[in-house]
Amino acid sequence: MTSGLWHLVLSGVWTTLQLLVLGALLATAVSFIVGMARTHRLWIVRFAAGVYTEVFRGTSTLIMIFWVFFVLPLAFGWQLVPMWAGTLALGLTYGAYGAEIVRGALNSVDPAQCEGGIALGFTPWQRMRKILLPQAVPEMIPSFCNLLVELLKGTALVSVMGMGDLAFSGNLVRLALQESAEIYAYILLIYFVIAFLLTRMMRLLEHRLKARAGKTPRPHVLVPEPVGGGLS
Amino acid sequence: MTWDWGAVRDFMPHFWDGLLVTLQALALGSLISFALGLVWALLMQTPGLPHARTNSRGWYPLVRWPVGIVTEFIRDTPLLVQLFFLFYVLPEWGLTFSALTTGVVAIGLHYSTYTMQVYRAGIEAVPTGQWEAATALSLPPTRTWTAVILPQAIRRVVPALGNYVIAILKDTPVLMAITVLDMLGEARLFSQQHFQFTEPLTVIGVAFVLISYPASLLLRALERRLVR
Repeated sequence: MTSGLWHLVLSGVWTTLQLLVLGALLATAVSFIVGMARTHRLWIVRFAAGVYTEVFRGTSTLIMIFWVFFVLPLAFGWQLVPMWAGTLALGLTYGAYGAEIVRGALNSVDPAQCEGGIALGFTPWQRMRKILLPQAVPEMIPSFCNLLVELLKGTALVSVMGMGDLAFSGNLVRLALQESAEIYAYILLIYFVIAFLLTRMMRLLEHRLKARAGKTPRPHVLVPEPVGGGLS
Repeated sequence: MTWDWGAVRDFMPHFWDGLLVTLQALALGSLISFALGLVWALLMQTPGLPHARTNSRGWYPLVRWPVGIVTEFIRDTPLLVQLFFLFYVLPEWGLTFSALTTGVVAIGLHYSTYTMQVYRAGIEAVPTGQWEAATALSLPPTRTWTAVILPQAIRRVVPALGNYVIAILKDTPVLMAITVLDMLGEARLFSQQHFQFTEPLTVIGVAFVLISYPASLLLRALERRLVR
């Protein structure tokens, strides 16, 4: 491979990383807002958040991407820059999966903790911020770690829309060299390295957060939740 | 925003064709992933039987290391790139399959690395007493697995496996990238021919929700019955 082609691959890596970071930020925001809304005391808020998660978890990410790229401009007249369109589609879908993680972690906090907050006269928002979240967040990290790797894999889907990410640059190199085994092996390896670094970083984060919440991190064998699955 | 029911009507025949292909890919992909996942899971349990559970650390890394590394590699890399790999590289090596076959194999392989962990969890959830009883009855390892451990393990993991069927369903649109005419492939073809993107894409989006949401409800019911 010539250096020009490597340059192409590197710019693909950069696009993928940008998508990953932006998508992860949006997905985190969405999952916390929707996840907390699912434990809200008003049924209408819970219902709306439930509909959101079911719709976005029910469709496929790729269809969501097509929809944002093709239907959104026609239907609402918003033509988004590809990077933002990709971020939006990925963030909204993976945010719906993340919302289930947040909801599960919030529900798994001992109810007595919440009652203690009520007894001390905390407002609902104070209870959430000072009691529930500090205990729930460390529990979410392993699941969020899985979701982050899934998001990384999801970013490859935008290459179908012609965005120049890592998978797309792989296709370009294949067309240039008329030889596919080598380049796809490299591309897969690069994805694997990114995923590997992500999981290690998340593990560190989990240890730090658990230590702050006053819990020793227990060694656990992780069975990844079926991220595309329908069960919560 | 304009909605054209005429376009929906014109699209419906293509939709049914696409649905058929999607369901084929789903069924075959699930079957491969279930079978192959069990193979991975058993390979990961290779230490000296029948004490597989008690000393499952430190024995026979010869088999477990490569299997562990390969499956983690497959699990952590995008299905789309794996599809491209199989679709473009296998013909270079002289193996030519149809696009749908390649896609089914890729999906089966990719998801087998997930189902293997489901099986592992199921195997580890079988109480130790069952292993000890099998040892006490001096059952040979093969009988221990087929008659004692696996029936109990698999029963526990059926709902979790069902989850992956839904997950696979939602990943089948990726096959469009290697020219398979599944639901999304048909929708894209129709949109490009008629310049109507809104209707076909929305129809298949709704179809996915309509299939996967009842399926997840069904699974929840199944889980209540099987896992106690």
